[in-house]
Amino acid sequence: MSAARGTGAERRLALLLCAPAAAFMLVVAAFPIVYALWLSLHRADMRAPDQTAFIGFGNYLTVLSSPIWWDAFGVTLFVTVVSTLLELILGMALALVMHRTIVARGLVRTVALIPYGLVTVVAAFSLRYAWTQHTGWLAGASAPLTQTWSSIAIIVLAEVWKTTPFMALLLLAGLVLVPQDVLNAASMDGATSWQRFRRITLPLMKPAILVAVLFRAIDAFRIFDNIYVLTNGAHGTASVSIVAYNNLIRGLNLGIGSTLSVLIVIAIALIAFLLSRLLRSDAPDAPRAWRQR
Amino acid sequence: MTQRTTRRHVGWALIDLLVVAYALVPVLWIVSLSLKSNETMTDGRFFPRDPTLRHYVDILNDGAFLRPLLNSIGIALISTVIAVVIGGLAAYAIARLEFPGRKTLVGAALLIAIFPQIALVTPLFRIEIALGLFDTWPGLILPYVTFALPLAIYALAAFFRELPRELEKAALMDGATPFQAFRYVIVPLAMPGVVTTSILVFIFCWNDFLFAISLTSTTASRTVPAALAFFTGSSQFEDPTGSIAAAAVVITIPIVLFVLFFQRRIVAGLTSGAVKG
Repeated sequence: MSAARGTGAERRLALLLCAPAAAFMLVVAAFPIVYALWLSLHRADMRAPDQTAFIGFGNYLTVLSSPIWWDAFGVTLFVTVVSTLLELILGMALALVMHRTIVARGLVRTVALIPYGLVTVVAAFSLRYAWTQHTGWLAGASAPLTQTWSSIAIIVLAEVWKTTPFMALLLLAGLVLVPQDVLNAASMDGATSWQRFRRITLPLMKPAILVAVLFRAIDAFRIFDNIYVLTNGAHGTASVSIVAYNNLIRGLNLGIGSTLSVLIVIAIALIAFLLSRLLRSDAPDAPRAWRQR
Repeated sequence: MTQRTTRRHVGWALIDLLVVAYALVPVLWIVSLSLKSNETMTDGRFFPRDPTLRHYVDILNDGAFLRPLLNSIGIALISTVIAVVIGGLAAYAIARLEFPGRKTLVGAALLIAIFPQIALVTPLFRIEIALGLFDTWPGLILPYVTFALPLAIYALAAFFRELPRELEKAALMDGATPFQAFRYVIVPLAMPGVVTTSILVFIFCWNDFLFAISLTSTTASRTVPAALAFFTGSSQFEDPTGSIAAAAVVITIPIVLFVLFFQRRIVAGLTSGAVKG
Protein backbone atom coordinates (compact mmCIF):
# COMPACT_ATOMS: atom_id res chain seq x y z
CA MET A 1 0.00 0.00 0.00
CA SER A 2 2.55 2.53 1.11
CA ALA A 3 4.99 1.20 -1.48
CA ALA A 4 2.45 1.82 -4.24
CA ARG A 5 1.88 5.37 -3.01
CA GLY A 6 5.62 5.93 -2.90
CA THR A 7 5.92 4.88 -6.51
CA GLY A 8 3.13 7.27 -7.47
CA ALA A 9 4.88 10.18 -5.76
CA GLU A 10 8.18 9.12 -7.27
CA ARG A 11 6.60 9.04 -10.70
CA ARG A 12 5.05 12.49 -10.28
CA LEU A 13 8.35 13.96 -9.10
CA ALA A 14 10.23 12.32 -11.97
CA LEU A 15 7.84 13.69 -14.58
CA LEU A 16 8.04 17.15 -13.02
CA LEU A 17 11.84 17.03 -13.03
CA CYS A 18 11.98 15.91 -16.66
CA ALA A 19 9.28 18.25 -17.98
CA PRO A 20 11.53 21.29 -18.70
CA ALA A 21 14.15 19.21 -20.54
CA ALA A 22 11.46 17.39 -22.50
CA ALA A 23 9.80 20.71 -23.36
CA PHE A 24 13.05 22.12 -24.79
CA MET A 25 13.66 18.99 -26.83
CA LEU A 26 10.11 18.96 -28.21
CA VAL A 27 9.83 22.67 -29.00
CA VAL A 28 13.36 23.44 -30.23
CA ALA A 29 14.27 20.09 -31.82
CA ALA A 30 11.30 17.78 -32.55
CA PHE A 31 8.87 20.41 -33.84
CA PRO A 32 11.39 22.09 -36.19
CA ILE A 33 12.30 18.66 -37.63
CA VAL A 34 8.70 17.96 -38.51
CA TYR A 35 8.48 21.46 -39.95
CA ALA A 36 11.63 20.82 -42.04
CA LEU A 37 10.07 17.60 -43.35
CA TRP A 38 6.94 19.55 -44.33
CA LEU A 39 8.99 22.35 -45.94
CA SER A 40 11.03 19.84 -47.94
CA LEU A 41 7.86 18.76 -49.75
CA HIS A 42 7.09 22.32 -50.82
CA ARG A 43 8.42 24.86 -53.21
CA ALA A 44 9.37 27.49 -50.62
CA ASP A 45 11.62 30.27 -51.80
CA MET A 46 11.75 33.36 -49.59
CA ARG A 47 12.52 35.52 -52.60
CA ALA A 48 9.24 34.40 -54.20
CA PRO A 49 6.90 33.68 -51.29
CA ASP A 50 3.72 33.83 -53.39
CA GLN A 51 4.82 30.81 -55.41
CA THR A 52 4.89 28.47 -52.42
CA ALA A 53 3.20 25.18 -53.30
CA PHE A 54 3.16 21.49 -52.47
CA ILE A 55 5.38 19.66 -54.95
CA GLY A 56 5.76 16.21 -53.36
CA PHE A 57 9.24 14.83 -53.82
CA GLY A 58 10.17 17.44 -56.42
CA ASN A 59 12.88 18.97 -54.22
CA TYR A 60 14.36 15.54 -53.56
CA LEU A 61 14.52 14.87 -57.31
CA THR A 62 16.21 18.22 -57.85
CA VAL A 63 18.81 17.62 -55.15
CA LEU A 64 19.51 13.95 -55.85
CA SER A 65 19.96 14.55 -59.58
CA SER A 66 22.36 17.42 -58.96
CA PRO A 67 26.13 16.92 -59.04
CA ILE A 68 26.46 19.61 -56.33
CA TRP A 69 24.89 17.26 -53.77
CA TRP A 70 26.90 14.21 -54.86
CA ASP A 71 30.21 16.12 -55.00
CA ALA A 72 29.59 17.48 -51.50
CA PHE A 73 28.55 14.03 -50.33
CA GLY A 74 31.79 12.58 -51.69
CA VAL A 75 33.92 15.26 -50.02
CA THR A 76 32.10 14.83 -46.70
CA LEU A 77 32.42 11.04 -46.76
CA PHE A 78 36.10 11.26 -47.70
CA VAL A 79 36.88 13.72 -44.91
CA THR A 80 34.86 11.61 -42.45
CA VAL A 81 36.62 8.32 -43.25
CA VAL A 82 40.16 9.66 -43.54
CA SER A 83 40.03 11.92 -40.47
CA THR A 84 38.36 9.28 -38.28
CA LEU A 85 41.03 6.72 -39.22
CA LEU A 86 43.89 9.17 -38.64
CA GLU A 87 42.36 10.25 -35.33
CA LEU A 88 42.07 6.64 -34.23
CA ILE A 89 45.76 5.96 -34.89
CA LEU A 90 47.03 9.27 -33.47
CA GLY A 91 44.51 9.18 -30.62
CA MET A 92 45.70 5.71 -29.61
CA ALA A 93 49.30 6.90 -29.66
CA LEU A 94 48.38 9.95 -27.57
CA ALA A 95 46.37 7.82 -25.13
CA LEU A 96 49.35 5.50 -24.67
CA VAL A 97 51.63 8.49 -24.04
CA MET A 98 49.19 9.99 -21.51
CA HIS A 99 48.86 6.59 -19.82
CA ARG A 100 52.49 5.48 -19.80
CA THR A 101 54.70 8.54 -19.69
CA ILE A 102 56.87 8.77 -16.57
CA VAL A 103 57.76 12.42 -17.10
CA ALA A 104 55.34 15.34 -16.63
CA ARG A 105 52.14 13.30 -17.03
CA GLY A 106 49.94 16.13 -15.70
CA LEU A 107 51.48 18.61 -18.13
CA VAL A 108 50.89 16.32 -21.12
CA ARG A 109 47.26 15.73 -20.14
CA THR A 110 46.66 19.46 -19.59
CA VAL A 111 48.26 20.57 -22.84
CA ALA A 112 46.46 17.90 -24.86
CA LEU A 113 43.13 19.41 -23.76
CA ILE A 114 43.90 22.73 -25.45
CA PRO A 115 42.99 21.65 -28.99
CA TYR A 116 39.77 20.15 -27.62
CA GLY A 117 38.78 23.38 -25.86
CA LEU A 118 39.92 25.82 -28.54
CA VAL A 119 37.13 27.42 -30.58
CA THR A 120 37.05 25.58 -33.93
CA VAL A 121 36.93 28.86 -35.85
CA VAL A 122 40.09 30.08 -34.08
CA ALA A 123 41.99 26.88 -34.93
CA ALA A 124 40.75 27.09 -38.52
CA PHE A 125 41.94 30.72 -38.84
CA SER A 126 45.35 29.69 -37.49
CA LEU A 127 45.70 27.01 -40.18
CA ARG A 128 44.24 29.28 -42.87
CA TYR A 129 46.81 32.00 -42.19
CA ALA A 130 49.61 29.41 -41.88
CA TRP A 131 48.92 28.53 -45.52
CA THR A 132 48.00 31.98 -46.82
CA GLN A 133 50.38 33.12 -49.56
CA HIS A 134 53.23 35.29 -48.15
CA THR A 135 51.58 35.67 -44.71
CA GLY A 136 51.87 32.05 -43.69
CA TRP A 137 54.96 30.51 -42.15
CA LEU A 138 54.19 27.29 -44.04
CA ALA A 139 53.12 28.87 -47.31
CA GLY A 140 55.94 30.95 -48.81
CA ALA A 141 54.84 31.85 -52.31
CA SER A 142 52.46 28.89 -52.66
CA ALA A 143 48.71 29.03 -52.02
CA PRO A 144 47.55 25.49 -51.20
CA LEU A 145 44.07 26.62 -50.13
CA THR A 146 43.24 27.51 -53.73
CA GLN A 147 43.54 23.93 -54.97
CA THR A 148 41.13 21.09 -54.32
CA TRP A 149 43.32 18.31 -52.96
CA SER A 150 45.71 20.41 -50.93
CA SER A 151 42.67 22.20 -49.46
CA ILE A 152 41.05 18.91 -48.52
CA ALA A 153 44.30 17.74 -46.94
CA ILE A 154 44.39 20.91 -44.80
CA ILE A 155 40.70 20.48 -43.89
CA VAL A 156 41.44 16.90 -42.75
CA LEU A 157 44.46 18.15 -40.79
CA ALA A 158 42.29 20.78 -39.07
CA GLU A 159 39.75 18.13 -38.05
CA VAL A 160 42.41 15.68 -36.90
CA TRP A 161 44.34 18.30 -34.91
CA LYS A 162 41.27 19.48 -33.06
CA THR A 163 39.61 16.16 -32.21
CA THR A 164 42.51 13.74 -31.68
CA PRO A 165 42.78 14.72 -27.97
CA PHE A 166 39.08 13.97 -27.46
CA MET A 167 39.51 10.59 -29.16
CA ALA A 168 42.58 9.97 -26.99
CA LEU A 169 40.59 10.68 -23.81
CA LEU A 170 37.85 8.23 -24.82
CA LEU A 171 40.50 5.61 -25.60
CA LEU A 172 42.37 6.38 -22.37
CA ALA A 173 39.17 5.60 -20.43
CA GLY A 174 39.25 2.12 -22.01
CA LEU A 175 43.01 1.79 -21.65
CA VAL A 176 43.02 2.20 -17.87
CA LEU A 177 40.61 -0.76 -17.60
CA VAL A 178 43.17 -3.18 -19.09
CA PRO A 179 44.40 -5.14 -16.02
CA GLN A 180 48.05 -4.46 -15.28
CA ASP A 181 48.66 -7.96 -13.79
CA VAL A 182 47.68 -9.61 -17.08
CA LEU A 183 50.16 -7.40 -18.93
CA ASN A 184 52.82 -8.23 -16.33
CA ALA A 185 52.12 -11.97 -16.64
CA ALA A 186 52.44 -11.78 -20.43
CA SER A 187 55.67 -9.86 -20.00
CA MET A 188 56.97 -12.65 -17.72
CA ASP A 189 56.04 -15.18 -20.40
CA GLY A 190 58.31 -13.29 -22.78
CA ALA A 191 55.75 -11.29 -24.82
CA THR A 192 57.25 -8.20 -26.43
CA SER A 193 55.57 -4.85 -25.82
CA TRP A 194 54.11 -4.92 -29.36
CA GLN A 195 52.71 -8.43 -28.74
CA ARG A 196 51.19 -7.30 -25.44
CA PHE A 197 49.56 -4.30 -27.16
CA ARG A 198 48.35 -6.30 -30.15
CA ARG A 199 47.11 -9.42 -28.29
CA ILE A 200 45.91 -8.07 -24.94
CA THR A 201 45.38 -4.31 -24.88
CA LEU A 202 43.76 -3.96 -28.32
CA PRO A 203 41.19 -6.81 -27.98
CA LEU A 204 40.20 -5.64 -24.51
CA MET A 205 39.78 -2.08 -25.74
CA LYS A 206 37.63 -2.97 -28.71
CA PRO A 207 34.33 -1.73 -27.19
CA ALA A 208 35.93 1.61 -26.24
CA ILE A 209 37.45 1.93 -29.72
CA LEU A 210 34.15 1.28 -31.47
CA VAL A 211 32.24 3.78 -29.32
CA ALA A 212 34.91 6.42 -30.00
CA VAL A 213 34.84 5.73 -33.75
CA LEU A 214 31.04 5.84 -33.86
CA PHE A 215 30.87 9.22 -32.15
CA ARG A 216 33.71 10.75 -34.12
CA ALA A 217 32.42 9.54 -37.49
CA ILE A 218 28.97 11.03 -36.82
CA ASP A 219 30.59 14.25 -35.67
CA ALA A 220 32.96 14.43 -38.65
CA PHE A 221 30.09 13.98 -41.12
CA ARG A 222 28.57 17.22 -39.77
CA ILE A 223 31.76 19.20 -40.61
CA PHE A 224 31.03 22.88 -41.22
CA ASP A 225 33.13 25.41 -39.23
CA ASN A 226 36.53 24.28 -40.52
CA ILE A 227 35.52 24.28 -44.18
CA TYR A 228 33.68 27.61 -43.87
CA VAL A 229 36.78 29.36 -42.55
CA LEU A 230 39.44 27.51 -44.58
CA THR A 231 37.91 27.58 -48.07
CA ASN A 232 34.25 28.60 -47.70
CA GLY A 233 33.52 25.53 -49.82
CA ALA A 234 35.36 26.89 -52.87
CA HIS A 235 37.37 24.71 -55.31
CA GLY A 236 35.16 21.66 -54.79
CA THR A 237 35.64 21.46 -51.02
CA ALA A 238 32.03 22.04 -49.89
CA SER A 239 30.59 19.56 -47.41
CA VAL A 240 26.90 18.70 -47.35
CA SER A 241 26.38 21.07 -44.41
CA ILE A 242 28.04 23.91 -46.37
CA VAL A 243 25.78 23.27 -49.37
CA ALA A 244 22.70 23.26 -47.13
CA TYR A 245 23.82 26.51 -45.49
CA ASN A 246 24.44 28.18 -48.85
CA ASN A 247 20.99 27.22 -50.12
CA LEU A 248 19.30 28.41 -46.98
CA ILE A 249 21.02 31.55 -45.74
CA ARG A 250 22.57 32.77 -48.98
CA GLY A 251 19.92 31.44 -51.39
CA LEU A 252 16.95 31.79 -49.01
CA ASN A 253 15.54 28.63 -50.59
CA LEU A 254 13.77 26.96 -47.67
CA GLY A 255 12.42 24.05 -49.73
CA ILE A 256 15.81 22.95 -51.08
CA GLY A 257 17.53 23.79 -47.78
CA SER A 258 15.08 21.60 -45.86
CA THR A 259 15.45 18.78 -48.38
CA LEU A 260 19.23 18.88 -47.89
CA SER A 261 18.69 18.88 -44.11
CA VAL A 262 16.48 15.79 -44.28
CA LEU A 263 18.98 14.00 -46.53
CA ILE A 264 21.83 14.78 -44.09
CA VAL A 265 19.75 13.38 -41.21
CA ILE A 266 19.14 10.21 -43.23
CA ALA A 267 22.85 9.90 -44.05
CA ILE A 268 23.81 10.29 -40.38
CA ALA A 269 21.16 7.77 -39.33
CA LEU A 270 22.61 5.30 -41.87
CA ILE A 271 26.15 5.82 -40.57
CA ALA A 272 24.98 5.38 -36.97
CA PHE A 273 23.00 2.27 -37.89
CA LEU A 274 25.82 0.61 -39.85
CA LEU A 275 28.51 1.42 -37.28
CA SER A 276 26.38 0.39 -34.29
CA ARG A 277 25.60 -2.96 -35.97
CA LEU A 278 29.32 -3.42 -36.36
CA LEU A 279 29.65 -2.41 -32.74
CA ARG A 280 27.08 -4.92 -31.52
CA SER A 281 28.36 -7.82 -33.60
CA ASP A 282 31.93 -7.09 -32.58
CA ALA A 283 31.45 -6.25 -28.93
CA PRO A 284 31.46 -9.88 -27.69
CA ASP A 285 34.73 -10.35 -29.53
CA ALA A 286 36.89 -9.12 -26.72
CA PRO A 287 35.79 -11.73 -24.17
CA ARG A 288 35.89 -14.43 -26.86
CA ALA A 289 39.43 -13.54 -27.86
CA TRP A 290 40.17 -13.55 -24.19
CA ARG A 291 38.74 -17.05 -23.63
CA GLN A 292 40.70 -18.46 -26.56
CA ARG A 293 43.97 -17.68 -24.91
CA MET B 1 70.71 0.55 -14.30
CA THR B 2 70.55 4.24 -13.42
CA GLN B 3 71.83 5.05 -16.88
CA ARG B 4 68.97 3.03 -18.36
CA THR B 5 66.43 4.88 -16.22
CA THR B 6 67.88 8.21 -17.29
CA ARG B 7 67.65 7.16 -20.93
CA ARG B 8 64.01 6.18 -20.45
CA HIS B 9 63.31 9.53 -18.83
CA VAL B 10 64.95 11.40 -21.69
CA GLY B 11 63.03 9.30 -24.22
CA TRP B 12 59.69 10.07 -22.58
CA ALA B 13 60.62 13.73 -22.20
CA LEU B 14 61.21 13.89 -25.97
CA ILE B 15 57.86 12.22 -26.71
CA ASP B 16 56.12 14.59 -24.27
CA LEU B 17 57.77 17.51 -26.03
CA LEU B 18 56.33 16.28 -29.32
CA VAL B 19 52.82 16.23 -27.79
CA VAL B 20 53.27 19.73 -26.36
CA ALA B 21 54.48 21.03 -29.74
CA TYR B 22 51.52 19.36 -31.49
CA ALA B 23 49.04 21.05 -29.17
CA LEU B 24 50.67 24.46 -28.98
CA VAL B 25 52.14 25.32 -32.40
CA PRO B 26 48.84 26.48 -33.97
CA VAL B 27 48.05 28.48 -30.82
CA LEU B 28 51.49 30.11 -30.76
CA TRP B 29 51.14 30.97 -34.45
CA ILE B 30 47.87 32.85 -33.98
CA VAL B 31 49.38 34.66 -30.94
CA SER B 32 52.41 35.56 -33.03
CA LEU B 33 50.19 36.89 -35.85
CA SER B 34 48.27 39.04 -33.38
CA LEU B 35 51.54 40.65 -32.28
CA LYS B 36 52.87 41.44 -35.76
CA SER B 37 52.60 44.96 -37.09
CA ASN B 38 50.81 45.46 -40.39
CA GLU B 39 54.19 46.14 -42.04
CA THR B 40 55.61 42.72 -41.09
CA MET B 41 52.33 40.79 -41.38
CA THR B 42 53.33 39.29 -44.71
CA ASP B 43 56.96 38.43 -43.92
CA GLY B 44 56.04 34.77 -43.46
CA ARG B 45 58.08 34.35 -40.27
CA PHE B 46 56.80 32.28 -37.37
CA PHE B 47 57.83 34.81 -34.70
CA PRO B 48 57.07 38.55 -34.90
CA ARG B 49 60.13 40.73 -35.52
CA ASP B 50 58.70 43.82 -33.82
CA PRO B 51 55.98 42.66 -31.36
CA THR B 52 53.24 45.26 -30.87
CA LEU B 53 49.96 45.31 -28.96
CA ARG B 54 48.39 47.64 -31.51
CA HIS B 55 45.83 45.10 -32.77
CA TYR B 56 44.62 44.48 -29.21
CA VAL B 57 44.23 48.21 -28.59
CA ASP B 58 42.37 48.49 -31.90
CA ILE B 59 39.83 45.73 -31.30
CA LEU B 60 39.24 46.74 -27.68
CA ASN B 61 38.26 50.20 -28.92
CA ASP B 62 36.02 48.79 -31.62
CA GLY B 63 32.31 48.09 -31.16
CA ALA B 64 32.56 45.51 -33.95
CA PHE B 65 34.48 43.34 -31.48
CA LEU B 66 33.34 44.50 -28.03
CA ARG B 67 29.64 44.00 -28.68
CA PRO B 68 30.12 40.42 -29.99
CA LEU B 69 32.39 39.72 -26.99
CA LEU B 70 29.60 40.86 -24.66
CA ASN B 71 27.13 38.70 -26.65
CA SER B 72 29.43 35.67 -26.45
CA ILE B 73 29.87 35.97 -22.69
CA GLY B 74 26.21 36.71 -21.94
CA ILE B 75 24.71 34.10 -24.25
CA ALA B 76 27.14 31.34 -23.19
CA LEU B 77 26.67 32.06 -19.46
CA ILE B 78 22.86 32.19 -19.61
CA SER B 79 22.70 29.06 -21.79
CA THR B 80 25.03 27.23 -19.40
CA VAL B 81 22.97 28.08 -16.32
CA ILE B 82 19.69 27.05 -17.97
CA ALA B 83 21.11 23.85 -19.48
CA VAL B 84 22.79 22.73 -16.24
CA VAL B 85 19.71 23.44 -14.09
CA ILE B 86 17.22 21.81 -16.46
CA GLY B 87 19.63 19.01 -17.35
CA GLY B 88 20.39 18.44 -13.65
CA LEU B 89 16.71 17.98 -12.80
CA ALA B 90 16.25 15.47 -15.61
CA ALA B 91 19.55 13.74 -14.82
CA TYR B 92 18.50 13.20 -11.21
CA ALA B 93 15.23 11.61 -12.31
CA ILE B 94 17.09 9.40 -14.79
CA ALA B 95 19.77 8.38 -12.28
CA ARG B 96 17.53 7.75 -9.26
CA LEU B 97 13.83 7.44 -10.04
CA GLU B 98 11.71 4.83 -11.80
CA PHE B 99 9.12 6.28 -14.15
CA PRO B 100 7.52 5.57 -17.51
CA GLY B 101 9.31 7.37 -20.34
CA ARG B 102 12.72 7.16 -18.71
CA LYS B 103 14.20 5.21 -21.60
CA THR B 104 12.48 7.49 -24.13
CA LEU B 105 14.11 10.55 -22.58
CA VAL B 106 17.57 8.92 -22.58
CA GLY B 107 17.03 7.91 -26.21
CA ALA B 108 15.84 11.39 -27.20
CA ALA B 109 18.93 12.94 -25.60
CA LEU B 110 21.17 10.54 -27.53
CA LEU B 111 19.35 11.40 -30.78
CA ILE B 112 19.87 15.12 -30.21
CA ALA B 113 23.55 14.49 -29.42
CA ILE B 114 24.14 12.90 -32.84
CA PHE B 115 21.69 15.15 -34.71
CA PRO B 116 23.22 17.34 -37.45
CA GLN B 117 22.75 20.95 -36.32
CA ILE B 118 22.44 22.16 -39.89
CA ALA B 119 19.12 20.29 -40.17
CA LEU B 120 17.67 22.50 -37.45
CA VAL B 121 19.04 25.71 -38.94
CA THR B 122 16.55 25.75 -41.81
CA PRO B 123 13.32 25.45 -39.79
CA LEU B 124 14.65 27.52 -36.84
CA PHE B 125 15.61 30.34 -39.23
CA ARG B 126 12.04 30.47 -40.51
CA ILE B 127 10.41 30.04 -37.08
CA GLU B 128 12.61 32.66 -35.40
CA ILE B 129 11.89 35.23 -38.11
CA ALA B 130 8.16 34.59 -37.69
CA LEU B 131 8.35 34.93 -33.89
CA GLY B 132 10.70 37.92 -33.86
CA LEU B 133 13.45 35.88 -32.18
CA PHE B 134 15.84 36.15 -35.13
CA ASP B 135 19.00 38.12 -34.26
CA THR B 136 18.23 38.22 -30.52
CA TRP B 137 19.93 36.60 -27.49
CA PRO B 138 17.02 34.18 -26.83
CA GLY B 139 17.22 33.17 -30.49
CA LEU B 140 20.65 31.66 -29.82
CA ILE B 141 20.08 30.61 -26.20
CA LEU B 142 17.19 28.30 -27.18
CA PRO B 143 19.17 26.08 -29.60
CA TYR B 144 22.30 26.20 -27.37
CA VAL B 145 20.36 24.91 -24.34
CA THR B 146 18.71 22.21 -26.44
CA PHE B 147 21.94 20.92 -27.95
CA ALA B 148 23.80 21.17 -24.63
CA LEU B 149 21.12 19.20 -22.77
CA PRO B 150 22.38 15.71 -23.79
CA LEU B 151 25.88 16.61 -22.57
CA ALA B 152 24.50 18.02 -19.29
CA ILE B 153 22.14 15.10 -18.70
CA TYR B 154 24.72 12.38 -19.37
CA ALA B 155 27.52 13.98 -17.35
CA LEU B 156 25.30 14.88 -14.37
CA ALA B 157 23.52 11.50 -14.32
CA ALA B 158 26.96 9.86 -14.11
CA PHE B 159 27.88 12.11 -11.16
CA PHE B 160 24.56 11.49 -9.35
CA ARG B 161 24.99 7.71 -9.72
CA GLU B 162 28.30 7.91 -7.86
CA LEU B 163 26.57 9.25 -4.72
CA PRO B 164 25.33 6.53 -2.30
CA ARG B 165 21.55 6.03 -2.22
CA GLU B 166 21.61 5.89 1.58
CA LEU B 167 21.94 9.69 1.60
CA GLU B 168 18.42 10.22 0.29
CA LYS B 169 17.03 7.37 2.38
CA ALA B 170 18.34 9.05 5.52
CA ALA B 171 16.87 12.40 4.46
CA LEU B 172 13.48 10.79 3.72
CA MET B 173 13.58 9.06 7.15
CA ASP B 174 14.08 12.46 8.73
CA GLY B 175 10.90 13.63 7.03
CA ALA B 176 12.24 15.40 3.95
CA THR B 177 10.20 15.24 0.76
CA PRO B 178 11.94 13.55 -2.22
CA PHE B 179 12.52 16.97 -3.78
CA GLN B 180 14.00 18.34 -0.56
CA ALA B 181 16.31 15.32 -0.41
CA PHE B 182 17.46 16.19 -3.92
CA ARG B 183 17.75 19.94 -3.36
CA TYR B 184 19.41 19.99 0.09
CA VAL B 185 21.35 16.70 0.20
CA ILE B 186 22.27 15.61 -3.31
CA VAL B 187 22.83 18.95 -5.08
CA PRO B 188 25.43 20.25 -2.58
CA LEU B 189 27.31 16.95 -2.71
CA ALA B 190 27.20 16.89 -6.51
CA MET B 191 28.68 20.40 -6.75
CA PRO B 192 32.02 19.22 -8.24
CA GLY B 193 30.06 17.45 -10.96
CA VAL B 194 27.96 20.55 -11.54
CA VAL B 195 31.10 22.68 -11.95
CA THR B 196 32.62 20.19 -14.41
CA THR B 197 29.42 19.98 -16.42
CA SER B 198 29.09 23.76 -16.48
CA ILE B 199 32.58 24.08 -17.94
CA LEU B 200 31.87 21.51 -20.65
CA VAL B 201 28.57 23.17 -21.55
CA PHE B 202 30.16 26.63 -21.55
CA ILE B 203 32.93 25.43 -23.91
CA PHE B 204 30.24 23.94 -26.17
CA CYS B 205 28.26 27.21 -26.35
CA TRP B 206 31.41 29.35 -26.62
CA ASN B 207 32.53 27.26 -29.60
CA ASP B 208 29.34 27.38 -31.67
CA PHE B 209 29.62 28.91 -35.11
CA LEU B 210 26.81 27.48 -37.28
CA PHE B 211 23.84 28.81 -35.27
CA ALA B 212 25.71 32.05 -34.60
CA ILE B 213 26.10 32.90 -38.31
CA SER B 214 22.68 31.54 -39.33
CA LEU B 215 20.38 33.01 -36.69
CA THR B 216 21.95 36.48 -36.40
CA SER B 217 22.38 39.33 -38.87
CA THR B 218 23.87 42.20 -36.85
CA THR B 219 26.13 42.73 -33.85
CA ALA B 220 22.97 42.88 -31.69
CA SER B 221 23.42 39.18 -30.99
CA ARG B 222 26.34 37.98 -33.16
CA THR B 223 28.94 36.13 -31.06
CA VAL B 224 32.71 36.41 -31.54
CA PRO B 225 33.25 33.26 -33.67
CA ALA B 226 30.60 34.54 -36.10
CA ALA B 227 31.90 38.11 -35.95
CA LEU B 228 35.40 36.86 -36.85
CA ALA B 229 34.06 35.54 -40.14
CA PHE B 230 32.69 38.98 -41.00
CA PHE B 231 35.59 41.06 -39.67
CA THR B 232 36.86 43.60 -42.18
CA GLY B 233 39.46 45.40 -40.09
CA SER B 234 39.27 48.71 -38.26
CA SER B 235 39.15 50.59 -41.52
CA GLN B 236 37.97 49.45 -44.90
CA PHE B 237 41.42 49.70 -46.41
CA GLU B 238 43.17 47.72 -43.74
CA ASP B 239 44.01 44.06 -43.83
CA PRO B 240 41.99 42.42 -41.04
CA THR B 241 44.50 39.62 -40.35
CA GLY B 242 45.96 41.23 -37.23
CA SER B 243 42.56 42.14 -35.81
CA ILE B 244 41.17 38.65 -36.43
CA ALA B 245 44.23 37.07 -34.80
CA ALA B 246 43.97 39.36 -31.75
CA ALA B 247 40.23 38.66 -31.37
CA ALA B 248 40.92 34.93 -31.73
CA VAL B 249 43.49 35.11 -28.93
CA VAL B 250 41.08 37.01 -26.66
CA ILE B 251 38.37 34.33 -26.94
CA THR B 252 40.98 31.61 -26.39
CA ILE B 253 41.98 32.99 -22.97
CA PRO B 254 38.99 31.62 -21.00
CA ILE B 255 39.49 28.19 -22.59
CA VAL B 256 43.15 28.11 -21.58
CA LEU B 257 42.24 29.18 -18.02
CA PHE B 258 39.60 26.43 -17.75
CA VAL B 259 42.06 23.83 -19.02
CA LEU B 260 44.81 24.96 -16.64
CA PHE B 261 42.64 25.05 -13.52
CA PHE B 262 40.17 22.22 -14.17
CA GLN B 263 42.17 19.70 -16.22
CA ARG B 264 41.32 16.69 -14.05
CA ARG B 265 37.65 17.55 -13.84
CA ILE B 266 37.28 18.16 -17.56
CA VAL B 267 38.82 14.76 -18.31
CA ALA B 268 36.53 13.10 -15.75
CA GLY B 269 33.47 14.82 -17.23
CA LEU B 270 34.32 14.02 -20.84
CA THR B 271 34.87 10.33 -20.18
CA SER B 272 32.14 9.84 -17.55
CA GLY B 273 29.67 8.32 -19.99
CA ALA B 274 32.22 6.47 -22.09
CA VAL B 275 33.32 3.71 -19.73
CA LYS B 276 29.87 2.61 -18.67
CA GLY B 277 28.88 2.72 -22.34
